[in-house]
Amino acid sequence: MFDLQWLLIAIPLASGALLLIWGKESDRFGHLIGTAASAASFVLGVVLFANLLGQDSEERSHAVSLFTWIDAGTFHVEMSFVYDQLSALFVLLITGVGTLIHVYSIGYMEHDERRRRFFAFLNLFIAAMLTLVLAGDYLVLFLGWEGVGLASYLLIGFWQHKPTAAAAAKKAFVVNRVGDIGMALAIMLMFTQFGTSAIAAVNAAAPGATGTVTTSLGLLLLLGACGKSAQVPLQSWLLDAMEGPTPVSALIHAATMVTAGVYLVVRSNAIFDASQPARTAVIVVGLVTLLAGAWIGCAKDDIKKALAGSTMSQIGYMMLAAGLGPAGYAFAIFHLITHGFFKANMFLGAGSVMHGMNDDVDMRHYGGLRTMMPVTFATFGLGYLAIIGVPPFAGFWSKDKIIEAAFGENLWVGLAALLGAGVTAFYMTRLMIMTFLSEKRWREDVHPHESPRVMTWPLIALAALSAVGGILLLGDWIVDWLEPVVGHAEHHELAVPAIVLTLIITLVVALGVAAAVLFYRREPIAAETPADSSVSFFARAGRHELYGNELNDAVIVRPTTHLTRFLVWFDGKGIDGFVTGLADRLGDTSQFLRKPQTGYVRSYALTMFAGVVIVVLCLLAVTLA
Amino acid sequence: MILSILAATPIAGALILALLPRGTIDHTRAKVVALGVSLITLVLSLVVLAQYEPTSGGYQLTEEHTWIKAFGAHYSVGVNGIAITLVLLTTILVPIVILASFDDRLPDPKGTNAYFAWMLAVEGLALGAFMATDVFLFYVLFEATLIPLYFLIGSFGGPNRSYAAVKFLIYNLVGGLLMLAAIVGLYVVSSRQGDPSYLLSDLKNLDMGQNTERLLFLGFMAAFAIKAPLWPLHTWLPDAAKEATPGTSVLMVSVVDKIGTFGMITWCLNLFPEAADWARPVIITLAVISIIYGALLAIGQDDIRRLIAFTSVSHFGFIILGIFAFTSTSMAGSTLYMFNHGLSTAALFLVTGIMVSRRGSARISDFGGVQKIAPIMSGVVLLAGLSSLSLPGLAPFVSEFLVLAGTFTVSIPAAAVATLGIVLAALYILIMYQRTMTGPLADGAEGVTELQPREIAALTPAIMLIIGLGFFPQPVLNAINPAVDTVVSHIGKSDPTPKTPTPIDGSATESSSNGEGGH
Repeated sequence: MFDLQWLLIAIPLASGALLLIWGKESDRFGHLIGTAASAASFVLGVVLFANLLGQDSEERSHAVSLFTWIDAGTFHVEMSFVYDQLSALFVLLITGVGTLIHVYSIGYMEHDERRRRFFAFLNLFIAAMLTLVLAGDYLVLFLGWEGVGLASYLLIGFWQHKPTAAAAAKKAFVVNRVGDIGMALAIMLMFTQFGTSAIAAVNAAAPGATGTVTTSLGLLLLLGACGKSAQVPLQSWLLDAMEGPTPVSALIHAATMVTAGVYLVVRSNAIFDASQPARTAVIVVGLVTLLAGAWIGCAKDDIKKALAGSTMSQIGYMMLAAGLGPAGYAFAIFHLITHGFFKANMFLGAGSVMHGMNDDVDMRHYGGLRTMMPVTFATFGLGYLAIIGVPPFAGFWSKDKIIEAAFGENLWVGLAALLGAGVTAFYMTRLMIMTFLSEKRWREDVHPHESPRVMTWPLIALAALSAVGGILLLGDWIVDWLEPVVGHAEHHELAVPAIVLTLIITLVVALGVAAAVLFYRREPIAAETPADSSVSFFARAGRHELYGNELNDAVIVRPTTHLTRFLVWFDGKGIDGFVTGLADRLGDTSQFLRKPQTGYVRSYALTMFAGVVIVVLCLLAVTLA
Repeated sequence: MILSILAATPIAGALILALLPRGTIDHTRAKVVALGVSLITLVLSLVVLAQYEPTSGGYQLTEEHTWIKAFGAHYSVGVNGIAITLVLLTTILVPIVILASFDDRLPDPKGTNAYFAWMLAVEGLALGAFMATDVFLFYVLFEATLIPLYFLIGSFGGPNRSYAAVKFLIYNLVGGLLMLAAIVGLYVVSSRQGDPSYLLSDLKNLDMGQNTERLLFLGFMAAFAIKAPLWPLHTWLPDAAKEATPGTSVLMVSVVDKIGTFGMITWCLNLFPEAADWARPVIITLAVISIIYGALLAIGQDDIRRLIAFTSVSHFGFIILGIFAFTSTSMAGSTLYMFNHGLSTAALFLVTGIMVSRRGSARISDFGGVQKIAPIMSGVVLLAGLSSLSLPGLAPFVSEFLVLAGTFTVSIPAAAVATLGIVLAALYILIMYQRTMTGPLADGAEGVTELQPREIAALTPAIMLIIGLGFFPQPVLNAINPAVDTVVSHIGKSDPTPKTPTPIDGSATESSSNGEGGH
């Protein structure tokens, strides 16, 4: 049964390839094939999961090798996959949310003449993402890792005629490649150190390696994770990536691909368990991103960018949890799943709003959409309650656990995570007020309307999951379920009872909501974005994404551009100039020595050339004679 | 005998073409004959493959006849795993190149017969160079490839073709003369120890003094480092690639330049192992510089053809790095890299060549928004580009990663700096794609129409191989591995063993279904 896991990948891959190769005649039904492929993968995922549930917890890891991918010298890599407790959850998340987003896209992309290709790319993404989470070898994981990067590139730049979209796509790929340096070097180090890059073997050997090795491995993998998961300092691409069609933002840049970095850390738990410095680095990256993303989320007027800031921030929570070691791995995955539900829900909701607002993304042009789009409002509202952490919605359970674990690690880490919860409540309330509540600030010729059912049904499904996702924690189910993969967590004694902490968190969230209401309900919201000069430093910095792009430009982009220009000059004038100069000088000298010579390089060449030919002919003659 | 027939077929085809009466209007006959001959050669190479036993590391299908007794030169040919890989690369690429070049606008259409005849001549001579197991024979064939290439660049290229052709010739002749000196030196050494012989098998065990060995090594290495351009000897390549037709560029970069890297393994390492070890730090440094320098220069180009030439400088850096890392992993990677680079560069040169010919300009800034009017063409450009930047799932990734992983075991700094190349590669490809294919359609680019069926037919085999070998490189690696192991053990090296062996068997998996993969 579990040997069939490769079908999970093969079905969407085959469908994607088919849609790309099949010509125009498949335009009419291509989207249906694509959706059916994703759904088939989901059904298979459910069947496999049901089978897994029926097994003993020690027997739930199923490895399969399809063929030998690479075998050269001492390097050996199998095309191997592992279906276990961790990958099973990801399979359900990817194919489940993925299928809902396929369905939604049927409506969202209806008027796009390249819809078939859009579905082909979505299918390729699903296949690559499943490869990433099912991989049994780090190099196979890397295959999926770059595959999702390619899908992301193709989909961010799907509307290629827009120069901004093309630029954003390239930026995403290149920044991810910076992270890939870490991934690639980590795999090389594994090969050098352990003689293999099979995930199970590397993690089994990691405790026996020296601290330098495990710390290097941890930091290199973290670099890769930062690129894929848009964590500081490689965060700059994610906000630009919102140029892509909104279903893409929901699937790839919120629910699944950007969480791959968290998956990588959790999957490599033995490496991080063996290195305290690497774990600390993960915590620091997580905390910084958590706060930076929330800050940006507070200042953006573009609804998708505000949500993207929020995604960064929420992934920061997951990273933080993953950095806490066995105490946090399960909660990182738990939050990853609930976030997949509610953030996909809200991104699709934002898409639904844009659909009704002539693709305007500026929240300052929204307002009062509650009555015009009741389904979108209600479903978005559930996502909102889930993300800010109102009991009993999904996000409450998962965030509460992370903050609790953070306090178990260190008071300051806990306080920072707590602060993040308050800011999250603030920016999400702001977003709700500006979009659905407040007074109308619509542009002319805008007639907001509810989206068609093919778009609202996925919203309802995701809203339901956002509401009840917390049941995964019932009786500590997810913790026990993942224990064979991530190890047993020692229970930390907190200074205060957990229930008190929960109350404090809820209070902070309430304060964040109250602050936003106070801020944005007191006086009418301006229909135009106020000038930079009229807002506080905090708002200004947030709008400019904390000047991350400016920093990259100054430190990396501009120096590289100058270096490239210099080298182009140097290659022509320096190296080539030296050689041609030498040739000219030779020409001059010989001209001086022997007038009859023409001085043209060409004739020298031909003379030499003739010489060689003559030598060869002589030799031939010698033999034949 | 089959190897001689294989190399002689394209030469015979070239002679037939040269003698064939010139067509008056469309020259179809010459094109069909050329394509036919190249396809026959491909079939012959498959016959060779069928007779070849991949598990053995030595030379097979050998032929040996004394050629010039006084020098110890032989007509001696044979193939090992490395040679047969490059033989197949050549026989696969030439039909693709010929088919893709059917509509090349030549400066003088009357030269069509000669154009295709010279192409077949390149094929025959390159095949001979890959199969030669006598260094004198190798040298003659290696130098002889200059003749058809000189005419291909100088007679059929762009406006500055004579400058580029002369530059190409001088550079390569200088290298060739240094190598000739070393060949004469080999004769002296060899004849002092009995009967002179130029056979690889005899020279392998030749006893040379340390200084002699180093000098002779440098002579060979100079020629090969110019051919497979190693920084700073690369400046002839961008000029030649800019002026040559796309088909000529493919023959030059994908096939003939490979004789350089092939020669480094087959001749430099086998004949002068100690000198190679002595020069190794310098060559590794130059290779790493080539990787980064070539990539940065590629980013800075506005001419598509020069851009591709500089990407090749970077890729040749990887190949040379893998060879001189002296591990079986990296050297197998380098050999596979020669094959994969041949494919991906061919796809890139040919498809951009079509773009350039339709636009009448090779300047990147003259394009823009082409995706809208030619989606298949832009898809092929993207795919060829992605293979050039070594995306996992495409063939070049496997070879590049093997080179890096093998190098990492012996030199972390070299591997780490070379790895920076993966970011630069993403830049040079994606910037080019962004500027030519995306955005609004540029003025003047309306004429860049979609690929024609013939062009698709020419490019498809290369694309299929690039994807197929990305997932199933093993058939090629199985042939390469034994040959590489022989070389590595000849130079007295072995791969470092893992420092912390893993407690469980990495490749062990509880069940293995060898059924059809998910890909």
